Amino acid sequence: MSPTMKRFMPWISTAVAVVVMVIIWKLVIAIFDVSEFVLPQPEDAVGGIGDLVRSDGFWSDVRVTLEETLVGFGIALVLGIVLGTLLGRVLWLEQALRPVIVASQVVPKVALIPLFIIWFGFGITSKIITVAMLSFFPILLNVILGVRSVDSGQRDVMRSLNASRWQTFRRLEYPSTLPYILAGMEVGIVFAVVGAVVGEYLGGDQGLGYRIVTSLNNLEAETLFAVILVLTLFGFLLYLAVVALKRFLIPWHDSAIDNTRAST
Amino acid sequence: MSAAAPVLEAERPRREAEAPRVGGALPDGEAEIELRGVSKLFKTRDRETLALTGIDLGIRKQEFVTLVGQSGCGKTTMLRILAGLIKPTSGDVTIAGRNLWRGDRRDDDALRKLGLVFQDANLFPWYTVEENIGLPLLLRGVDKRERRNRAHELGELVGLQGFEKALPRELSGGMRQRVAIARALSYSPEILLLDEPFGALDAMTRDKMNMELQRIAGATNATVVLVTHSIAEAVFLADRVVLLSARPGRIRSITQVDKPHPRQLEVTAEPGFQDMVIDLRHQLAEDEERLEREGRGVSE
Repeated sequence: MSPTMKRFMPWISTAVAVVVMVIIWKLVIAIFDVSEFVLPQPEDAVGGIGDLVRSDGFWSDVRVTLEETLVGFGIALVLGIVLGTLLGRVLWLEQALRPVIVASQVVPKVALIPLFIIWFGFGITSKIITVAMLSFFPILLNVILGVRSVDSGQRDVMRSLNASRWQTFRRLEYPSTLPYILAGMEVGIVFAVVGAVVGEYLGGDQGLGYRIVTSLNNLEAETLFAVILVLTLFGFLLYLAVVALKRFLIPWHDSAIDNTRAST
Repeated sequence: MSAAAPVLEAERPRREAEAPRVGGALPDGEAEIELRGVSKLFKTRDRETLALTGIDLGIRKQEFVTLVGQSGCGKTTMLRILAGLIKPTSGDVTIAGRNLWRGDRRDDDALRKLGLVFQDANLFPWYTVEENIGLPLLLRGVDKRERRNRAHELGELVGLQGFEKALPRELSGGMRQRVAIARALSYSPEILLLDEPFGALDAMTRDKMNMELQRIAGATNATVVLVTHSIAEAVFLADRVVLLSARPGRIRSITQVDKPHPRQLEVTAEPGFQDMVIDLRHQLAEDEERLEREGRGVSE
């Protein structure tokens, strides 16, 4: 395959996938004679987005969900890096806390959201805490792994050069942990959006998750689909932001290299 | 065997014949690098290993010394002790008259005289070739322009011109090792310590790098200590070959190689050269046999 074709392949395959999906969608409606209250026509669903965007309070709902996601994710990031560094360095502490970490990992965290709502109310706080809780663990675990993975040979280099504690951190430990932090963020940002949306539809009166609940209550399948599509785009853009950050911060790392270029 | 390691004695009650041991100390004031009565005992939870014992060795300025021996003989430990990466359990390390260790701290002036190259290049993947070479200077607060000039100068010396802006992952193994050598040379150390620097390279690249190393050592007037497991390589490069025997690691013999540098690969075909290689191989084989007799498999 020629390099140019390789470059365009993902775009072509994405377009094909979308077309195939739309065809199946329309076929299902035609063959099973599905009511539009259950499954609207694809063009109506897309048209629903226009109505949704123009509807009252749409942008304020987007802003609320965005704020919950970003603030919660920011808290998770800071806590994850600080605690991860600590647990990665202090071996006995990690061993002592391992049962707690494992336990809090296996708890289905979504099940805790009602508790947060009882404790922190129906406002934005309970959602922020949910977001932070969900995105914290992937970041924490990656940071622990990253701190432990600093190469011993590279440490020898710094030691043989009589590097200070700060120099070793600045020139070696920080850059070699960065890819792990970003890998954690990549998973974390997706969880963050899930946390915000689920938090909103379990209790609250604003945000895109709340829109899902209201359109469900009013049996507006069209709006429901539109919200889902908007949320998909919302999550996708946040994810892209993390990927862009990765390309910017660690261009030297394998994970940030464009595959199409690396293989030619 | 000293009384310092009773555990080892208990492990092997029937030591039939001690390996012959040689002292390599030079007359006072002649040595640039000096190891005196150096030993190293590694302790793990359930056993102690005497990696080195009773090492006396002096190395002259601008001398090229190679350390050989089978794996586990302590040659890498010895180099790491010279480099200040490991503190010896007993004995002294002196670099140009300065004691390398003062308590648990290392003498920075002594460390500055040393440039170190490992088997892995250990480059920092987030830095370009130029930045990797300049790292030691960066840590010592040299400004950017001077670092770049020095990196270009050294890049030329080790044959990296045109690759200054490349990232390590874009280089071959041999090229990476060149960067590692340039980095070790960046602040003009008087002593170059190399731990099997070309061990991971293919035979052809290895021969080529050995020729380059001779040239670089000559151009920089550096004193060189190189660890290798290849006797032919050790004899080819060295003014003196130090052969270590294992368990515990001690100096078994020191062989003088009187051939002027730089040497061409043809030297290896000369009878005098081959005799030395054969003799050293013989000594290694003897050592191997001794270990077999002592029931190496049991204590392992």
